[in-house]
Amino acid sequence: MSLKGEHHTIVALVEDKPGVLARIASLFRRRGFNIASLAVGNSEQPGLSRMTFVVSGDEDTVVQVTKQLDKLIDVIRVADLSDQETVARELSLIKVKTTTATRAEIIQMAHLFRANVVDVGAQSMVIEVTGEQDKINALHDLLAPFGIIEMQRTGLVAMVRGQENARVSDTVGIDIRGNGVGVRLPG
Amino acid sequence: MELTGAEIVCESLLKEGVDVIFGLPGGAVLPFYGALAKYPQLRHILVRHEQGAAMAADGYARVTGKVGVCAATSGPGATNLVTGLASAQMDSVPIVAITGQVPRAAIGRDAFQETDISGITLPITKHNYLVMDVADIAPAIKEAFHIARTGRPGVVLVDIPKDVLLGDKAEFVWPDEVSLAGYNPPGEGDPDDVARAARLINESKRPIIFAGHGVLISQAYDELRELAEKAQIPVVPTLLGISSFPSDHYLNLGMSGMHGMAYSSLAIDEADLLISLGMRFDDRITGRIKDFAPNAKVVHVDVDPSEVSKNVKANAPVVGDLKRVLGQLLPLVEPNVHMDWLRHVDSLRAEHPSLHIRETEALLPQFVLNQLSEATKGDSIIVTGVGQHQMWAAQYCRFQEPNTLITSGGLGSMGFEVPAALGAKVGRPDKTVWSIAGDGGFQMTLCDLSTAVENNIDVKFAIFNNGVLGMVRQWQDLFYEKEFFATVYSGNPDFVKLAEAYGIPGLRVTQKDEVGNAIQQAMEIPGPVVIDFVVDDDENVYPMIPAGESVNEMMEQPVTEG
Repeated sequence: MSLKGEHHTIVALVEDKPGVLARIASLFRRRGFNIASLAVGNSEQPGLSRMTFVVSGDEDTVVQVTKQLDKLIDVIRVADLSDQETVARELSLIKVKTTTATRAEIIQMAHLFRANVVDVGAQSMVIEVTGEQDKINALHDLLAPFGIIEMQRTGLVAMVRGQENARVSDTVGIDIRGNGVGVRLPG
Repeated sequence: MELTGAEIVCESLLKEGVDVIFGLPGGAVLPFYGALAKYPQLRHILVRHEQGAAMAADGYARVTGKVGVCAATSGPGATNLVTGLASAQMDSVPIVAITGQVPRAAIGRDAFQETDISGITLPITKHNYLVMDVADIAPAIKEAFHIARTGRPGVVLVDIPKDVLLGDKAEFVWPDEVSLAGYNPPGEGDPDDVARAARLINESKRPIIFAGHGVLISQAYDELRELAEKAQIPVVPTLLGISSFPSDHYLNLGMSGMHGMAYSSLAIDEADLLISLGMRFDDRITGRIKDFAPNAKVVHVDVDPSEVSKNVKANAPVVGDLKRVLGQLLPLVEPNVHMDWLRHVDSLRAEHPSLHIRETEALLPQFVLNQLSEATKGDSIIVTGVGQHQMWAAQYCRFQEPNTLITSGGLGSMGFEVPAALGAKVGRPDKTVWSIAGDGGFQMTLCDLSTAVENNIDVKFAIFNNGVLGMVRQWQDLFYEKEFFATVYSGNPDFVKLAEAYGIPGLRVTQKDEVGNAIQQAMEIPGPVVIDFVVDDDENVYPMIPAGESVNEMMEQPVTEG
């Protein structure tokens, strides 16, 4: 998977309620926004989930995405992390064809990427790799000539670096007052 | 004492100050109706089609400023609400819709009259609920009303399964307050933003105020007028903002855009500043965005941050409640006279008269609306459908008081005129309410004439009967080589006889000299009246800026007059 054009990483803190994902999906579909990747899971706060979106589109589109997300009652905070110092990771499982001749080379390649071999079959191998999207894309491209049988990706999750005592969505919010996605402290 | 879910719904509605519900029962919602029978304080108005319930709630909400309430059963009852709810949501009208759902155990099993109405209404509501526990009913209804009426108002649907309405009982506990972590409607504007807006206003030489529906919603008409008069700024109302500023005020330029006043659109073209108050730059106003108000900076005040710079980039956005923002802004705005600009605007007005009723023996709709406006002296509530008659009503009717023009602006839903007028009359029984209908729209919702009769709702229905889908025909005339396909209504009923069949007095007007009398007569007859104005079918609405074009392509008059 490659991300074409501008892409923004948006993190949203949302209520963990039935239908929240449907509301968000409905919003993206209705407004014609493109989601390049989406990851959802529990947050550190009970009853709240955190979602990471990678959204493609120009600046105006992304501003609309964040504002429209922020309008949803079940969305508590939205932050565009694109201009932040972030740690961003994605996990991928790649099942690649192997032969006795290629197995060692593939394992070596996986190790170069700090990837793990998590399953070995007679004619295939499952490699688990974690990293930023470029790294996963690079490993994918290197494995492609051997024959990729299946690939699954979790979607990117992201977090702002440092600021030890602050959660990302407490410190980084969208500047809903203005035209652009800005950063402001709460209050 | 423990109550059933249905009783809790009724108690909750009373807590919210609801006095009327528009609805139509069915199997899944029957427990609610069973309880409703024991709550005479909650007046129920039985409609003939659920779309009418939603639209009546819309009309009621707009004239009262309260939340309108409608109710329907599961499945087709709920889906019939959809058009009315979509219209209200587009026009930022506060509505709470209560729907019955099939019992919990049947959900997802394609049960009889099951439909996923909370799924269906996701994109056409501000929020919605599927309440799966009797203890959740009161909090859900409290939140629903709070969300519907605050911030940018909108529609909230509360879907309740039959067995939640009727099964387990629970203590009725009305929450003291609503706490929604993800919902904090803006209040005052940011002082820096307000100051920047004031600076642009004070620097501007050719400003225009765009007054939208937000002025009415926020009840900021006094502040709007003060701003306009203090700095002598011409006011251009949007369709939904028309009654936010008196029609006869010398600074009122009238609606702009597709069928707005030519001078109003031309003034916007030359303006150096648009002060946009509670409006959203609909495409009917802007036409082609890149050619819209090319010389103007934009101050945009809106309670909904997502409207700022959505369609037109704002130089000075202010997010907040309009009344409060204007309260902050007014002291910062310097008195001004804008003499040259107002003179220029006056000359535009003189050179581009825009409204012209052609000399003819034929009965023209513009002539009728002009007469109606004179007879009602801007004191009636005018509720319109959608199409030519709607635009003519917006052009020719004069309005003095806020919330006196009620129309389906955003969704543009034909048939709105009948039920919304009923709702408006229920909300403002002291006012004369005119339903301005086309023969097309009228036939979409005329079933609710029985609702008017049954409840003696005194609405005067004026049908502009040209036997065609006028606005569609106009587009065929101008842009589709006069191929008048599927726009002729050759099988129309006799509307006078139809009215009489409902027990409503019907009048027919075919001549110009009958118009005044018929209007007077209708206003003197107590109760609903239908007037069938048989008008010319070959009349187009002008001025017109074709869709997606600009003021440079405006047609001020017909190219050839017949």
